[in-house]
Amino acid sequence: MHVPKIVEIKEVLEESKTVKTFIFDWDIEEEIPGKFMMVWNFNDEKPMSLSIVDPVNNEIGISIRNVGVFTEQVHKLQKGDQLGLRGPYGRGFHMGGSKILAVGGGIGMAPIVAFSEYASKLGLKVDVVSAASTMNELLFSERILQSGSMLLTCTDDGTHGFCGFGTDLAEKALSETNYDMVVACGPEIMMKKLFETVEDLRIPAQFSLERYMKCGMGLCGQCCVDDLGWRVCVEGPVFWSDELRSISEFGNYRRDAAGIKNKL
Amino acid sequence: MYFQDLNFVQGVTVVEVELCGIKMRNPTMLAAGILGSTAASLNWAGRSGAGAVVTKSFGLESNKGYSNPTTVEVTGGIINAIGLSNPGVQNFKFELEKIDKSVPAVASIYGANEYEFSEIASTVQRSVDAVELNVSCPHAMGGCGAAIGQDPKLTASIVSAVKKSVKIPVFVKLTPNVTDIVEIATAAEDAGADALTMINSLGPGMKIDIKTGKPILKNRFGGLSGPAIKPVAIRCVYDVFDSVKIPIIGVGGIRDHNDLLEFIYAGASCVQIGTSIMYEGMEIFGKINNGLERFMQEMGYSTVAEMVGIAHN
Repeated sequence: MHVPKIVEIKEVLEESKTVKTFIFDWDIEEEIPGKFMMVWNFNDEKPMSLSIVDPVNNEIGISIRNVGVFTEQVHKLQKGDQLGLRGPYGRGFHMGGSKILAVGGGIGMAPIVAFSEYASKLGLKVDVVSAASTMNELLFSERILQSGSMLLTCTDDGTHGFCGFGTDLAEKALSETNYDMVVACGPEIMMKKLFETVEDLRIPAQFSLERYMKCGMGLCGQCCVDDLGWRVCVEGPVFWSDELRSISEFGNYRRDAAGIKNKL
Repeated sequence: MYFQDLNFVQGVTVVEVELCGIKMRNPTMLAAGILGSTAASLNWAGRSGAGAVVTKSFGLESNKGYSNPTTVEVTGGIINAIGLSNPGVQNFKFELEKIDKSVPAVASIYGANEYEFSEIASTVQRSVDAVELNVSCPHAMGGCGAAIGQDPKLTASIVSAVKKSVKIPVFVKLTPNVTDIVEIATAAEDAGADALTMINSLGPGMKIDIKTGKPILKNRFGGLSGPAIKPVAIRCVYDVFDSVKIPIIGVGGIRDHNDLLEFIYAGASCVQIGTSIMYEGMEIFGKINNGLERFMQEMGYSTVAEMVGIAHN
């Protein structure tokens, strides 16, 4: 049933000045990295990507950057406070490839860290490009290293790792190493550039998209993308690069709550 | 057209229907408010086998609708209070122009008065095959939706104003949340409506989370749709069929071809499908039409029209 399940926050982790991770006990069934939950704080409800999928301890986590009213309200919550969760929704990342480059930008690192842990446990080799504005906003570095993945960091201001954009570091990695799969989540402009790179290199890739969502159950049409009408909440949020070729709005525009197109 | 000629060939079953001069390859339409907020999703429904598509309702000005949660599942369907979110007619007309011309398209429009409805209808009439007046949304703001459709005089006044401003057929979508739906239906017919769409969502209804004691929908209440409302919809169609001459488009909880047939037998000429996409996916249109065709072959029906209103015999 598409009904929020009320759960207690088991733990709150401060990932950075702007990002917190909220952990819940949850019976893992269809939860995989790339899928998302509709998170209800009894005032509003927003889609949030799973940043922890732990089938051993039956835990899930979501990581939220404080960027607006809803996220500010959720950030005030503490261990023991309640939230309503429904899901998981959408299509997650396909666990495939023998040597994978996972690229995350900003809060887009949330599903990427979950992917890197999950894929590593399946025996897949994952290198992670973690991009942030500055050193203090680099997310989940410890978890990535603990999972056994190689971590390549980059910051806009050069305070840690490569100085520049995640796409530049990803391009560098792709030119130096033979990867047979790329997964990515981050600002759409970043993903668009990475998409063009992997298209040129003919490497299969998966990208996690974000669109304004209302129902989350594939009915309202709010998150449908041009030109084929796919629902980000059902057919996505993870799309293969050959599917992205048919999503003309990718990297160009997105619709707001009223359905008005806004240029990216 | 060719399929009309086919009707006269003995033993051939055709699921094509004609509604107010609009030729549909089958009697299933995508209902208003389910997907339908972009040309892309309307065209997807068309590719998936819908005989016609109805847009999500739009108004004169853009509207963000209610905050989330806007939808929650209940036994037998969902309740929703999306709140008529839409980009406004001036933005939406660009979507309408991109709708695939091979499948008839109906613009569902809403407003608060005669002027708004007429203005929107005349703005879009060249891009669509018909307009459907949403005078029945149970969670609309500012005098829109069911506030109109529960008043026969207001309904008639708006229908007649729209009829004067457009040349394409005008459908009127009715709310079941009235004492006597026949009174509203005949008022709409007398005012010039070309067809009646029945029914909009029921209620409104509520769902309360018992762990927190909070209503789940941000708007607290919303319209009930899905299989749970089908018996009410069937009764409404059945009641109205005897009192009007214009065709009825049945809608409410259709999930398979048996449900569709109940509506046809009650008096609907064709149907709309919405909430059950949640259970069946977009494949629902193809599945229902295949089931309908098999049923008609087994029962020896050659056209859908032969079956309309059978329950009244």
